[in-house]
Order: sequence, then structure tokens, then C-alpha cells
Amino acid sequence: MRSRISQSLSFVLLLAFGLGLAGCGTESSSTGADGGAPASYVPPGEKDNYYLFYSGGHSGNVWVAGLPSLRMIQKIPVFTPAPGMGYGYTKETKEMMGEYTWGDVHHPGLSKTNGRYDGRWLFVNDNANNRIARISLRDFKTKQILGPIPNSMGNHGSSFVTPNTTYVLVATRFSVPLPKGTYAPVETYEENFNGIVSGVKVDSTTGEMSVGWQIKTPPFNWDLGSTGKGPSHGWAFWTSYNTEMAHDSLEINASQRDRDYAAFVNWKRAAEIVANGNAGTRNGVPFIDPAEHEGVMYYVPVSKSPHGIDASPSGRWIVASGKLQPTATVFDFKQVLTAIENKDFQGEFRGVPVINYESIVEGEVPVGQGPLHTQFDGEGNAYTSLYIESSVAKWKLPPWDEATAQDMSKAVVDKISVHYNVGHIVIGGSDTKDPYGEWLVAMNKLSKGRHISVGPSQPETSQLIDISGKEMKMVAEAYTPPEPHFAQVVHKDVINPVEVYEQENNTHPEAVWEQQNTGVKRTGPNEVTAHVIAKRSQYYPDEIEAQVGDTVIIHLTNIEQVSDMIHGFGIAEHNVNAIVDPGETKTMEFTVQKAGVFPFYCTNFCSALHQEMQGYLAVRPQ
Amino acid sequence: MRLFPQSLPDVLDRRVTGTGRLLLMAGALLIAGAIVLPLWQIHLVAPQYQEGLDMYIYSHKLVGGNEGQDITEINGLNHYIGMQAIQESDFTEMQWIPFALGVFVLLALRAAVFAKVSAVVDLTVLFVYFGAFSMYRFYYRLYTYSHTLDPRAPVDIDPFMPALIGKNQIANFTQYSFPREGSALLLLAIVCFVGAMWLSRPAHTSEA
Repeated sequence: MRSRISQSLSFVLLLAFGLGLAGCGTESSSTGADGGAPASYVPPGEKDNYYLFYSGGHSGNVWVAGLPSLRMIQKIPVFTPAPGMGYGYTKETKEMMGEYTWGDVHHPGLSKTNGRYDGRWLFVNDNANNRIARISLRDFKTKQILGPIPNSMGNHGSSFVTPNTTYVLVATRFSVPLPKGTYAPVETYEENFNGIVSGVKVDSTTGEMSVGWQIKTPPFNWDLGSTGKGPSHGWAFWTSYNTEMAHDSLEINASQRDRDYAAFVNWKRAAEIVANGNAGTRNGVPFIDPAEHEGVMYYVPVSKSPHGIDASPSGRWIVASGKLQPTATVFDFKQVLTAIENKDFQGEFRGVPVINYESIVEGEVPVGQGPLHTQFDGEGNAYTSLYIESSVAKWKLPPWDEATAQDMSKAVVDKISVHYNVGHIVIGGSDTKDPYGEWLVAMNKLSKGRHISVGPSQPETSQLIDISGKEMKMVAEAYTPPEPHFAQVVHKDVINPVEVYEQENNTHPEAVWEQQNTGVKRTGPNEVTAHVIAKRSQYYPDEIEAQVGDTVIIHLTNIEQVSDMIHGFGIAEHNVNAIVDPGETKTMEFTVQKAGVFPFYCTNFCSALHQEMQGYLAVRPQ
Repeated sequence: MRLFPQSLPDVLDRRVTGTGRLLLMAGALLIAGAIVLPLWQIHLVAPQYQEGLDMYIYSHKLVGGNEGQDITEINGLNHYIGMQAIQESDFTEMQWIPFALGVFVLLALRAAVFAKVSAVVDLTVLFVYFGAFSMYRFYYRLYTYSHTLDPRAPVDIDPFMPALIGKNQIANFTQYSFPREGSALLLLAIVCFVGAMWLSRPAHTSEA
């Protein structure tokens, strides 16, 4: 900072009028030696290099941390009200959230252009209520929640973004009788229940999402997925863990077959079928039966009860791992295309070909017990999380030398313990053409004993592993509220956020900026509308009159235009709290049911006279 | 060699030499440049404004840093101590100073064309007077703003005098005030004018 001041002074020509400038202090910013601090140490006042977007699991949020410090920076509420941000208390956010007050965020996906992150949007799924949301990375706010997606139950297998953000791909974890709302006895699961994989179309300009197509599947439980690139561009991959099609005691009954199926879906073909008008519709969305349309979907046997399936940065190697088999299977997508061309199938299931496993498998790497999913560093290495072993294995992608091909254990080059029971791991840019490498974050399910005790409810651990060297090095750990399932890491320079909504960009039709345009008006027999501005440290007007039974509509504009000058608007005993960022307008709408005088006040600390920033809602009896 | 004051009447009737005329034209250009460049900058730093709040004073306008937002912010802060809002429209100087600078451009060109030392002396004296008066107006503005505080303001603060040049501490703010490029050009214009006179001195041309 000092240096910025002296910079701004240095170009000043002090000669003018023969007067000099009194010195303004040039103490150097002593960063000091790190004194043994870990490589991830980011001293106070300095910034991280990467954003780490964690899914917040059943909190319904996204957490934003910095990498490598692992310092939590912000929460982005998506499916769950967050009074600290006024989210879920304003008309706009209530309408967007719909009838649900929670969601289950599993897999965030960053938008891409040409197979690289473009810093525009982050997509997250809601496993519970079958929705998908889009967060703008211009202001880190949720902009759209699509769903519940028709015909879709348990939106777990998402949000996988195609290389140009044409689609975000989603798949169902659960199967139900379709259309949703149909009753069938659970015992008739095999005959009457179905799963779905869907392509959610993304408008390239606005980001607006809509259902592009759906493909009907047997009632397998689709798990994780990824999108192809390079030779596999146009394809998407999902694993499934219940090809037994069990409907009860899944722990046992869905763990019987030695191999389950992955789905290899040609989404370009699906889009074509819809474009040519050859798809049917169900519940208003284009609906494809893969048995009737050759080339849209294939099954590939993968090791028992798989979780992750990940495409390597080149797009040639597709890595799937079975939780209940200690191997990661590498498929060669070039061989997949050849097998499809030659109809090299080992059978079919409900009209969908099963590709001959032996023809497309490159190798099975014995990574360790409970392999969940795999990330890539862009240097030819893969990293697989091992849930049962509580570790991360580093191994070499093909091409392998002769010795390794003979003894696949030679492909595994390093292993590191994590604490404990790692779920997902993330390497920045792993799902792009150019991973950043450098850091790996392990998101562990159990943190017990790693921190001072907080009682029975315990957080999750995130552990930072330096992967820049030959051997992995554990560098730092931090805790998050429940529950990151997966994360995305993007370099800070890719994102260009606004910190103030400029007045000219405020498109809220009820925004007011001048004191003379504010006021309270009766706008109906039972409706009062107030246009209010907030600035340090005053509301205009600071008195709102209404009568019992009135609907009160308050359009609140924060006319501040400087960074971090946020105002709140909480009304006592009315369950209302709006938070308006600089230059933002939000609408509160509620019915007053009791007479009395109720203070409203600024809930977000703003200035020395923040405490004085208050007013009254005066409600006359009827 | 006679003393300079004694030689002055002779000097005044002398002609300005070739290089001197070029200097006068250069001076005219420098003044023209100062019309469009910032003359002065006020820079405020506080713990929560590490990046600083800036106000740039031009001959004809007042510009806030951060796309103008800094003046709104400064006024917002000043309302706590009851200072009147700083507005460009209140600065009548900004209507006549550009005009006056334009006049000095013409006078400098006139001196360059007529090439009389007396014209250069007139120009320089008037211009220095103009500069001093402008500085006084600037001082007066700063004084008035900081000594006319609303007694009903939430924060009581004794009237104060901001730094005209240099720095000053006002509550949590460190205020820096310093000349900018426009002022430097005006100063250089004076150097040009004096240079033109110097080159015209008798010693230079006849008593060598």
C-alpha cells in the first residue's frame, strides 16, 4: 500500500511553484522471512492465487475459500435461506428458491470455453429436489434455479459442463415411475421405474438454463460423471451402482454383480435427434428412448459399484473406479470408437449395446482400497481418492512401458495418508484441457480428533497436498461446515468480479436514487408500497405507515457506490431481513398482521452511526 | 557592467532574440496544455481507505477518483462533520480560470510575434500575479469548507485547515495535497518567459 502511495506521488512534478512535498512516510512493507511457515502460508494482507469453490452438501450452499491458504472467504447461498445475506427473505430470492428451503449441493461445475474455465458461471446441483442452479461469477450470486427437473429424481450425477458450456449434464441417482406423480408398488421396480440422463441447455449469452433433452434409462442408480474432450468430445460418462436393479436393502442387494455399467452417452447425437424432431416429449421436455435411436448411448462394464468416472485432460483416457474393487480401470476412448464402429459388443441391455470390455480396456491399476474418483495434474499423472484406505494414490496414465503393462502395480508411484475417509479430491482445472497441477485438496468425511473438540457435531477436513514435486506432501488442513462433496479450483485471474453494482447497470424497475423520489404510497385497498433508499447512516424515508391486513411492499435501494458498503433492513417481529449491496435494489413483500410500531434497522454494520440507522413501521389497527 | 535595475529601461526596449521567441511560443503551448491537465490532487488515506480517495482539480473541472465516485464518498464522509458538499458548480473559478489561461496563451503568442522585452515582462508579471491569486483562491476554498461546519453535525470537530501542499492529519484521515502536471507546465511556462528575458539581456548580445 505504501508503495502505491509513493508511486502515485512519484510522478508528481514537485517543482511546481518551487514548493516541495513534505515526506509521506515510506516504511517498507516487511513481508519478512517465512520462518518455517508452510508453502501454503499466505501472510495477512496478501492474497491467494486460486479460488476454491466447495459444494456445501446438504447445507444448500457453496463455500468459497482461497488456495493455497484454505482460508474460508465467503458463503454463496443457493438453495437455503441465508439471513446474513438477506437470501431467501426478499421477493426475488423467495421466488427463485420456490417451495423448498434446502438443497443438497454435490458437484460444482465451472463454465468453460474451448475446454478451459472461462470464469463466467458456476453450476451446482441439488440432489434432494432435482434442481440445478447457476451462480454468476461476476457477483458471486445465484441467478437461476432450474427445477425440479421433469422426470428426474435425485439429481446427483451433475453438474458436468461440456467444453463450451453448451450443456450441463445431469443424471438421476434415484429411479421412480414416470411421469413423476405416478404410483407403482416399489416391488415392481424393475418393470415400472426409470432413471434419466439429461442435457441442460445453457444460453451462451445469458447463461439461462433449460432442459435440452432427456434419455430414458433402466432403473440403475447413476452416480458420478464427466464430459469428454479431444477424441471424446461430444460424449459424457456416468457410472451406476445398482445394475442389479434392487429396490430394497441396497447395501447388500446392489452389491451382487462383479461389474456394473457405466453409460457412455453421445450428447451431440442426442441434440441432433431433438433438432431433427425425432424425439418424443414427456412432461414438456424432449425425451429419447435409446433403444429406438442407435448411437446415442452405450453401456460399458466397470468394476463393482463404481463412483467416479473421469476423462483425462487429453480426453483419450477414461478412468472409472469401483468402490468395492481396489482398481482404477483405464479405458481407451479411441478403442471405444473403434468398438462402436465394428459393433464389437458383448451383449445388450434393453436395446442398448454393451461394449466389449476387453476391447476397450487399457489397464486396471491397483490403486488401493475404496477408490472413489480421479483427478489429473496435466503432467501425465492421475490421483485417485481411496475412501477405505484414507489415502490418495498417485499413478501414471498410459502410455505405459512394457514392465508396467506386465505389472500394473508399477504404475502407482506414490501414496499419501489423509485424515480420514477421503471422499472427493480436487486439482485445479482437472476437468479442463490444461490442469493447473500444483495443489490437491482432499475433502475428508471424518475429522474426528484432528481439531479441538466441538462436541458430537463435527466439521469436515480439507487437507492441502503439494503435488508439484515427485512425492506428494501434506501441507495444511482446514475445516468446513458440512459438507463438501466436490470442489472446483480456478485461478484468480480467470474471474473478474464486480464489487459495486453501478447505478447505470441497475435494472430493477423500482430502484430510486434521489431522496425526492422516495416515499410511501397506498397502492391498493390493502397495499402499501414504499420506495426507500439506504445510505450511511440513514434510510429515506425512515417511517412507513400501514394498516393491519395490508400487504407492505418495500423496494430498497442501496445508493452507495463503494466497495463493501452494504446495508441491511431487518424489521422486528416480521421475519424480514434484506441485505442490499452497493448499488443494488431488493424488494420485500409481506402482510402486516398485528398492530403496533415495529422498528426496522440496518442489520449489516455500515458506519460509525450504524446503530442510529433505523426507522419505524407503524401499523394502525383495522 | 551596470546593475540590472539600472539597465532595465534599456532592456525593455530591446527585442527578443530568435531562441527567446521560441521560448515564448513554448510557454504559450505549456499554458494551453495546463488547461486540460490536472493542476492539483488531494489524496486521502485512512485505515479503511488504503487505496485512497482522490480529488483532481483541473482549471475547468473537479474530478473524483474511481470514476467520480470518490467525491461522492468524500462528501458522504464529510456530512458526518457537517461540511458542505464539495460540488463543481460552487467553484466559480472554474469558469474564469480557463478563460484567463487562454488570455495568457494569447499574450505569450503576442509577445513572441512583437518580440518586445517589455511585452514579456508584462506577461510574466501578470502571469505570476495570476498564479499567486489562484493559489490564494485555492487556500480560501479549503479554508471556507473546513471552517463552515454545520453545528448540528453528528461529529463535533474543531475547524481545521487542510494542507495546501504537503500532508495533514484530520481525524483518521491523512490528507495529501500536491501539484500535478498542469501546475508543472505553468511553472515551466514562467521559466520559459524568464529565459526569454535572460537571453535578451544586453550582456548576452552586445557586451560579450
